[in-house]
Formats: sequence, C-alpha cells, structure tokens
Amino acid sequence: MSGERLTIADYPLAEKRPEIVRGKRGKGVDEITLQALIEDRVALEDLRITATALRQQAEIARAAGRDTLAENFERGSELVDVPQDTIMRIYELLRPGRAQSPEALFAAARELREQYGAEGMAAFVEEAAAVYEKRGLFKRRF
Amino acid sequence: MAGEPGSFANRWKRFSDWDERPLRLDKFAVEDAENGFASFVSRHDPKPALSLGSGVVEVMDGTAARDFDMIDTFIARYHIDPEVAPEAMAKPSHEVARMLVDMNVPRSELVRLARGMTPAKLAEVVAELSSLEIAFAYGKMRARKTPGNQAHVTNAKDDPLQMAADAATAVAFGFDEVETTMRVARNAWSNAVACAVGSAVGRWGTLFQCSSEEAEELKIGMAGFTSYAETVSVYGTEKSFIDGDDTPWSKAFLAAAYASRGIKMRCTSGAGSELLMGFHEKKSLLYLEARCLCLQRAMGVQGTQNGGIDGAPITCTVPGGMRELMAENLIAVWLDLECASGNDARPTESEIRVGAKIMPFLIAGSDLICSGFGSILKYDNSFNPSLLNGEELEDYLVLQRDFEADGGLTPVEETRVLAIRTRAVEAISAVLEELGLAKPTDDMKASVVAASGSDETRSYLPRDVALISESIKERAITVVDVIKALAKRGFAEEAENLLRLVRLRISGDYLQTSAMVRDGRVLSAINDPNDYLGPGTGYRISKSRRDEIVAIRDVLTREEVLRAESVHKPAESKRISYRTMGPAAAGGDAREVVIGISPAFGIKLFQTVAGHPLSAILRELIAGITEGGASARVVRMKHTADTSFLGLSAARLAGSGVGIGIQAKGTAVIHQKDRLPHNNLELFSNSPITRLEHYRRMGANAAAYARGELPEPVVVPMRGEAMGSRYHARVSLIYAIETELASEGAVPEEVALVFLGDAA
Repeated sequence: MSGERLTIADYPLAEKRPEIVRGKRGKGVDEITLQALIEDRVALEDLRITATALRQQAEIARAAGRDTLAENFERGSELVDVPQDTIMRIYELLRPGRAQSPEALFAAARELREQYGAEGMAAFVEEAAAVYEKRGLFKRRF
Repeated sequence: MAGEPGSFANRWKRFSDWDERPLRLDKFAVEDAENGFASFVSRHDPKPALSLGSGVVEVMDGTAARDFDMIDTFIARYHIDPEVAPEAMAKPSHEVARMLVDMNVPRSELVRLARGMTPAKLAEVVAELSSLEIAFAYGKMRARKTPGNQAHVTNAKDDPLQMAADAATAVAFGFDEVETTMRVARNAWSNAVACAVGSAVGRWGTLFQCSSEEAEELKIGMAGFTSYAETVSVYGTEKSFIDGDDTPWSKAFLAAAYASRGIKMRCTSGAGSELLMGFHEKKSLLYLEARCLCLQRAMGVQGTQNGGIDGAPITCTVPGGMRELMAENLIAVWLDLECASGNDARPTESEIRVGAKIMPFLIAGSDLICSGFGSILKYDNSFNPSLLNGEELEDYLVLQRDFEADGGLTPVEETRVLAIRTRAVEAISAVLEELGLAKPTDDMKASVVAASGSDETRSYLPRDVALISESIKERAITVVDVIKALAKRGFAEEAENLLRLVRLRISGDYLQTSAMVRDGRVLSAINDPNDYLGPGTGYRISKSRRDEIVAIRDVLTREEVLRAESVHKPAESKRISYRTMGPAAAGGDAREVVIGISPAFGIKLFQTVAGHPLSAILRELIAGITEGGASARVVRMKHTADTSFLGLSAARLAGSGVGIGIQAKGTAVIHQKDRLPHNNLELFSNSPITRLEHYRRMGANAAAYARGELPEPVVVPMRGEAMGSRYHARVSLIYAIETELASEGAVPEEVALVFLGDAA
C-alpha cells in the first residue's frame, strides 16, 4: 500500500482492487488457479490471509463506521503469523480457571509482544489478567 | 333445571379434542421473573443509566464501575462510545422507539445512537414496540439489503455420501450457508470434507461451517474445509459465561484468531440460555440478551446468530416469548450486527405456531432468515429439529410465493435435484477413493441418491465414518488435497468451485458484516447496504427473482386442464351419445322431471371433479327419477352455465315444474319453477366428494318433489376438507370452458341420450 486509506468504494477488494490482493507468498488471485494448484505451484499457504489484508479490511470497516469490527481485524492481523498451537494454548489459558495466577497470562502477553510483535493482542491479554484477578477467576474449576 | 344432578357431562368434549392436538404437547410456564421466566420485564432489571467521567464509564445501568462483572467491564470499555453516549442516553426511549419505526429516519442515524446506549436502554426502547412494529423495524434496520438463508446439513449416521448429497441439494435450493455437525464428535473431519465437496456441486459460493469443539473447529477451518464459524457462544450473566467455559476475553481472542485465519465468524447468543444454565440473576430474557449483544459488538465480531437459538423453546413457554425473540433480533441489527435470526431450534409441535414464528422474518427479510433451516428430515438433524425442516421445505417455498417475499430459497425441479445428488455422491466417492479413505459401492451410492433420509440408506455407519474421519485428521489432509482429488477424477467444475471459495480468504472481503456470496460476488453490508426509507426503497424482489420464487412445482395451466379432460373423451364416446333434437319445448306430463345439462357437458368435458364419468352421472340421475315414479327428459342449456339457472330453466320446462341442473364438474341442484334462482330445493355444492349414490338419491328426491312430497334432503357428508384450496383452480378453468360455450339468448336444446355398451 502506498499510504492511501481504503474506503468502502474499494470494496470488495478482490473485485475493485485486485492488484493489492496478495496471498501469504505474494501470489495474486489470478495466479491461484486450479491448474497452478494441480501443478503444485499453489499450496495451502497461498490461500492464507495476510496481516496486510486484515489491516486493509480494518480500514474499510472503519470507513463504514464499524470501529469495533476494525479493531478485531487489527487484533487478527497481529495473530496471522502466530502458530496454531500457540494460539490454541493462549486461548486455552484465557478460559476460566486455566491460569492459576495473572503471571501465566502476563507470560503469554510477553510472548505475543516479543516474539510476534502483537502489541495490541498482548495488551488485551494483560487486560484480561487484571479483570480475572478482580473477578476471582484464578481458581481451579476442574 | 330439572333432572338428576350429575346427569350432565363434567366436561365439554371440545377440550378432549383440543387435548389431542399437537399444540398440547407444548408446555407453557407461568410468568415468574423471580425464577427467570419473564420475557420483557423483571423488577430486577436495572433502569437505563450511564455516567461518564472523562470519557470513562463510571456507572452503567445502576452498577458502579468498581462492581462491574466481566460483561459490564467489557461492554463499558469496548461498546459504549463516549462521544455519542450522552446524547443517546438522554433521548427518551419512546422517542427512539418511534425513530425505529419512522421510515424517514435513516438506519445509519439509529446505528450511530445505539453505540452510545447501554443494554438496559436498548431493551427499554424495543420493549415499547408491538410485534408488528418490531418486524417493521427489523426490516428497516437489518444490515444487508438482500435477504439470505442458512441450512443445516446433517444425518443420523454421519454418512459422508448422504452429507455430500444433502449439501448439494441445499445449495441447489439456494441456501447461502450450510452448517453441519455430528452425532459422534470424532466424525467432524469426515463431515467437513463431505459437506465441502457437496456444497461445491452446482455452483460456487455457499459458505460452509462445521460446528464442533472450539479448538477442533478452528483446526478444520485452518485445513481449509470451512469458511465460517458461528458457535462462539456468549452469555448475559457472568456465571453462565464461566459455566460455558469462556470469558469475554477468551471469546474475543477466538474472534481475532478466526479473523487471522481468514474465516468469517459470528457469535451465538439467545434468550433462555442463562435460564437453562441456572444463572439468570432474576433478570428478564430481553435485558440479558441486550447485554449479550452489546458484548458482541464490543468484541468486534461482524455478526450474531441470535434469537433464542437453543433457548428458543424455553423462551416460547413464557408470555411474549416469540415477541421477545423478535425484539432481541432487532437489537442485534440495530447494533449493526449481521443477524442469523434463529428460527432454528423447533420451539413447538404446533404447525400453526411454526408458521406464525417464521412469518415476520419471511416478510421483513433477514441476513440469514434461519440460522439453520433443517434442509434434511427432522430425525436426521443432529442439532435437533429446526423450526422448519426437510418435511416442510415446500411449505416455505409456497409461503415465499404467497407473500411475494424473498426467503432466500428457490424451487428446484425434480430431475435437477436427482442429477445434483448423483453428481455429489459421485464426487465425494471419488475423493474418498482417490485419497484412500474408503471405497463406496454402487449400492451404497444408489441408496443415498434416492433417499429422503438416512433410514433409507445402505451406506456408512458412524463407526465406519470415525475411521475415515480420524484418517483425514491424522494424515493432515487439507482442502488442497481434496481439490486435487476432485480434479484428477474428472470433477473439474467442483474442484474449481471449491478453490474459488477457499480463495475468498486472501482478500478477506467476506469477513465484513453480513457477507455472503451471490452469483460469484461477495455481497455484504458494505456494497449492498440496507437503504430502506419507505416504499420503493430497500430490498425489492426483481422481476427475475420473482420468476424464480413463483416457479413452484405442479402448477395448473388451462392447457393442462383441457388436456386432462380430453383424455376421457374416447372412453366416454363408447358409453354414451348425445343426440341433438332441436329446440326444447315445455313438457305437459305432470310427472316429468327435466335434467338441464350445462353447455360443455359431454362435449368438451367428460367427468366430474370427483372423477365420475358424466355418462354415469346421467345414468344415476335418470335411474333415481324413474325409481321415484317420474320420467326424465334431458335438455342442454346453451344460455347459461350457472347451476341455479340451469336448474331453474330445467324446472320451467318440466311438466312437473321440478328440474335438476347439473354442470359438467358435477355441481347439481334441484329446482322448482316458482322459486327465486338462488333459493333452490337441494344443492350439491361439493362436487369433489359427491358420489354416484348421491346423484341417484337426488334423482329420486326430484321425483318426490314432482309428486308434491317433501323428501329427506340428500346431504353429502363433508369432513371439513379445504375444498377451495384443493379444487378451485381446476374448477375455475373447467368452468371457463362452460361459460365460453354459453351465449346469451340461446334456446335450450332437446337431447336424446343413447347409452352404449361400455358402462363406466
């Protein structure tokens, strides 16, 4: 992107702005064909969304007046490169009674921040830790 | 009154009749807010209130920030917009309620205000509206203009062949989304592959989800089989939330995780869940739902599956329950969320309550009218039966046609459905074989293609499926493998369709609010916003869409009715001949009864609506007249086709002054020459249920009137059949043939009947 701010006029991106739509390994929509897939020139990796695409959709959501949706897309953009197992581990930790103290959540937040640069997501997990403490969620449930 | 005490019944038997109706299987609960049974109002509901201190919520709906539970905290931080809140909260609720139903107030203005309203405020506003007003407001406020619908595709055996066939069938009927789940949890991967393949048959773009355990569902999504998720449940009380094994933060984290994988997601919430879970805090269903919905907007999910959902049945036990379900859906769309508006868990055994429940949504439209229309038979629905199911799908298609309302579905011809099912079964079989997962036999496939439900299939059982499913999971088979398998085995179109769907992920366009795919294009609240501002605006059915909706099967046309009639001509011509003898004169015999037949009788029309040949009818009438001691003469009326005038004209020609008028469709009357046209002696108005013996007795009674006697009138027993719905379309077409042959002033014609060898 060249610093321009996307608007609802750019939506749907795949239709209106195909030149900026790129898969994980840089392939455009027109390159992701059945033939390419059969010839192994396209893999599942090429069919994954990118952090850029999520930030673009966040801009569009914001232009449409949907701030909270935009924030979710932005949080999502931070998780694009976080491995599945890590995501599931942190999700599990956020469930009630999994963490026995705020420290476990703080550690997860550090991991998100330091390893993946997921600043917003880390702050979100820290916020959860504070609320859980206040509401007494750090206790064993099963 | 005289008589022994107790000689009267102790019960009006109508109550016993009512006891037998399906409605009585429904159980109703008394309104009891203390125990959670209150739809709109509980004295424990807080009054709407909000105070802000330097942009931070200090008090919300009667609770100070220090006492906020997790839900309050999340709503106060992420939902309440401090820029709008003072203005929104200051507006009187009745004024906002009026704005909701004012076509001149644009949706965008109301959406803006909702961002500044607390749960109690939103609930208070919609509680001002009647059911009609809620439906209207819903139609105005829903986010996307074009309505859509979602299908459940499951079966009692988790059979992948049937899963694929039924998914393809659902796609053919026009569902925008297909949702599956399993009888056995480990079968999730097999279901996912089968539905993904099935929903790629015929066209592309139907979004698909596999409802399973949170972590498993995300993994299946990562493997590319599913394109959306909606079982991320939220609850309106903290304790319910914790028992649901989540918090607002864990669910919001999951929402972000789905976004990061390019998977569309909506949350689920609905009235009654807190009541079912035992933590309702004595609050009304609507207030708790308002909390759930504010929370969902706060989490940043694009939409919600909302409207009772699994709690719909219990909500419908309470007074105002169905209105409450509508009200919570209205709050959802007012908060600018996509709404898959419930109408799934079947809340009643009464078909009337089912029809009433769906109507407001059918005519108002919804992003997804049902968040699971059971496209399969009830017993095959692994979510439990839906409000509407495979059994009732045609009823729904007809409702669309009746009200010219777009319910998201399209009638499909029988031959096309069979072709689609065959193709889907062949496609999934090819994939299973190609990936070395299973080898379906021809008998298995054939049984599935034809089967209405799993009772009729000879295919895989849950244990077989578990082996297939585990293998898909263990071998980490992905959608790419499936696409390749399809292509390799000659299913290029399906491979292409599936690839197109997965490719949607790259741009993320379908992550936006209310996104679906129509005709190969992503359509959402952004490029297809609901712009309702009164008549002529908002969603209107196009000419081509109307053509689709009205094209239900087995519709009568004049040509078909005429063709059906002419089929009987050869047989009738072997039974009877009508010889024209010139103008009919008045008879002098006091024992004579004239039978006045209609203009097309035996000329263009040959049997009654009940299916009796007209020759047989005449035989019976004449036999009855003769047995009654009178003589019969047949006259064809050419000036009228109306039963009353046929009868009266016949009576005036008869020596006895008594005549019978009969139309070819079988409607018959006994008339007397001095009576007014519509004041006859006896009338057989329900020709479809009139039997030959009735015509014979009618003949005998006509003879009795001729003799000056008063016989017991012939009553054709009727059991309340909706004759009009069954016959009027055909009857009108038939009658038009009669009236076409009638000409004003034409004189009655004497007819000599010759009964030929073949009796009917």
